[in-house]
Amino acid sequence: MKTHFRLGLFIFLTPVLLWLLLLIVVPHLELLMMSLQGKDDMGKAVWTFANYRHFFVEKIYWYTFVRTALYAITVTVLTFCVTFPVAFYITKVVSPKFSGFLTILLLMPFWVSELVRVYGWMILLRESGVINHLLVSSGLMDSPVEMLYNDISMLMGLVYTSMLFMVVPLISALEGMDDSLIEAAHDLGASPLTIFFRIIIPYAAPGITSGSIVVFMLALGNYLTPKLMGGKNSLWFTEQIYNEFIASFNWNQGAAFGFLLLALSSVIIWFGLKLSRQELGRALS
Amino acid sequence: MKKLFAVTTFALMGLALNVQAAESLKILTWKGYAPQELVEKFEKETGMKVELTFTNNEEMIAKLRATRGAGFDLAQPSQDRISSVQAEYKIYQPMDYNKIKSDQIIASMLEAVKKNTKVGEDSYGVPFCYGTSGLIVNTKLAPEAKDYSALLDEKYSGRISYRLKRPTLIGLAFASGDDPFAKYSDPTAYKALMDSVAEKMIAAKPYVKNYWSNGDALLEMVRSGEVSVAMGWDNGGWKLHGENPDIDFVAPKSGALGWIDTFAIPAKAKNVDGAYQWINFMLRPENAAVFSNTEKYATASKDAGQYLDAEVRDNISRSFTAADIDNIKWYPPVGAEIEQMEGKILDMVKAAN
Repeated sequence: MKTHFRLGLFIFLTPVLLWLLLLIVVPHLELLMMSLQGKDDMGKAVWTFANYRHFFVEKIYWYTFVRTALYAITVTVLTFCVTFPVAFYITKVVSPKFSGFLTILLLMPFWVSELVRVYGWMILLRESGVINHLLVSSGLMDSPVEMLYNDISMLMGLVYTSMLFMVVPLISALEGMDDSLIEAAHDLGASPLTIFFRIIIPYAAPGITSGSIVVFMLALGNYLTPKLMGGKNSLWFTEQIYNEFIASFNWNQGAAFGFLLLALSSVIIWFGLKLSRQELGRALS
Repeated sequence: MKKLFAVTTFALMGLALNVQAAESLKILTWKGYAPQELVEKFEKETGMKVELTFTNNEEMIAKLRATRGAGFDLAQPSQDRISSVQAEYKIYQPMDYNKIKSDQIIASMLEAVKKNTKVGEDSYGVPFCYGTSGLIVNTKLAPEAKDYSALLDEKYSGRISYRLKRPTLIGLAFASGDDPFAKYSDPTAYKALMDSVAEKMIAAKPYVKNYWSNGDALLEMVRSGEVSVAMGWDNGGWKLHGENPDIDFVAPKSGALGWIDTFAIPAKAKNVDGAYQWINFMLRPENAAVFSNTEKYATASKDAGQYLDAEVRDNISRSFTAADIDNIKWYPPVGAEIEQMEGKILDMVKAAN
């Protein structure tokens, strides 16, 4: 009986394991090997740390790296600030009859691909776009201004594309919260701020953590939005990796950058978890 | 529910059979290089199914390098990007010129491409079309933009767009009075030249609206008047000229950059016969003319001239004087270390504030 059970488990587990092994582990191993290889002066392939050393020596790579990390953190914080009131409204304020409907409304834009959504924003914001047209034709502005191609429009695009991944865990975390906790705090004379920081936030913490992790990873690994909406100053680290692979044909350098990005995101998330005293397992369960 | 399931299964099976029935020809090419009209005609003629993947020079090389030349039956790289890539990664197979109807092709161009794509004993390319990079200018808004230096001019602040790719570096180097092609063989001198170009680009960065990466998006920005000076391909400028006579392609004073795009067969192509058929089909004069008339590119097909629209013939005489044509700088084959160097310089420009 027991071996029978194990066999079943094995059969169902095999596709997942194969997926992990063939599509994630093996390519990563190959990339790791590639990142540790380079060419000597004679053009022969040799093992070397030069690709990693390169990163620390060249200022421009550092600069993009730090910039990307800081912006990804900013995006995470902004996304939280935007989505928390929404999630709270849906779960606690509005009547339960409508909360399902409102959630669907939130999900709806995410039924189309990211590319389409980004182009939608570009049509709205560009110099000859919808918003400029409205502002000028209503007499609020004399001439259209370019709202695209700067850091703010890029941040906005990133927040918008990752909102869903914050709002869903927040809703599920807040849904489980008993309203009477808030009522009791009120009865005992707590101010709204105290209630927010001492009761709601700690209760929703696992949801906040898992949402933040996903949003942070998505923002850090995004390529499309910074490239299309950010314009001329928005060199994102992923674009740097793309450039190394595609424009410079330097796959070894690109692989090294890829691993540095992996290390960076892991360190930042570990640090974030320590800081908020959350556990990865609990946040993701 | 069960019924629905059965119907879907049948539909899927039918689909699978359909796909299997026709032999497919997978082409890795640029947008616009295979007009729908010609694809349909070719499919009817040969019974093959044409599958197109649109890309650019850099991605073409990366894709074929990743599979060591498999996955596609035909690619269309620029002639200067073949020999060094082939020497290093061996992603193409030698072209069998006996299978090409060479009397359809402009003889001097075929010879030039053969010479430039030669690695060892074999050559790898057949010319398909050619054109130049230069300036696309809204002559009403920027009447004085005649050279690449206009891309750095404060006068057009916020109205400038170009690609952050090697042609821009090379054009600006020519505009500064230097000859980057002569320095290909001397990497140190080349780097010094490109560093000085990058410095100028960084200084003039505030005037740039954005760096375009998609040709259609650029045309849209010029069309709407958001951009008045851009670096782009001649055919783009001519397309817009048809819609708005104020916009035109301008051959820069220091020389338009001439490119030739080719056909090359990947090393592990499955449908090699189909690939040769497509090459001969596309260079047949009447078909080449269809391509030129819709996309405004000049074709390497010798006798296509008689089928061209008058408007297409006018384009060249309007944008190029005889002296401009003599002044076109044709790209010589480029080495890998040059491209790597340029990649880093372009990153620096993009990251600069």
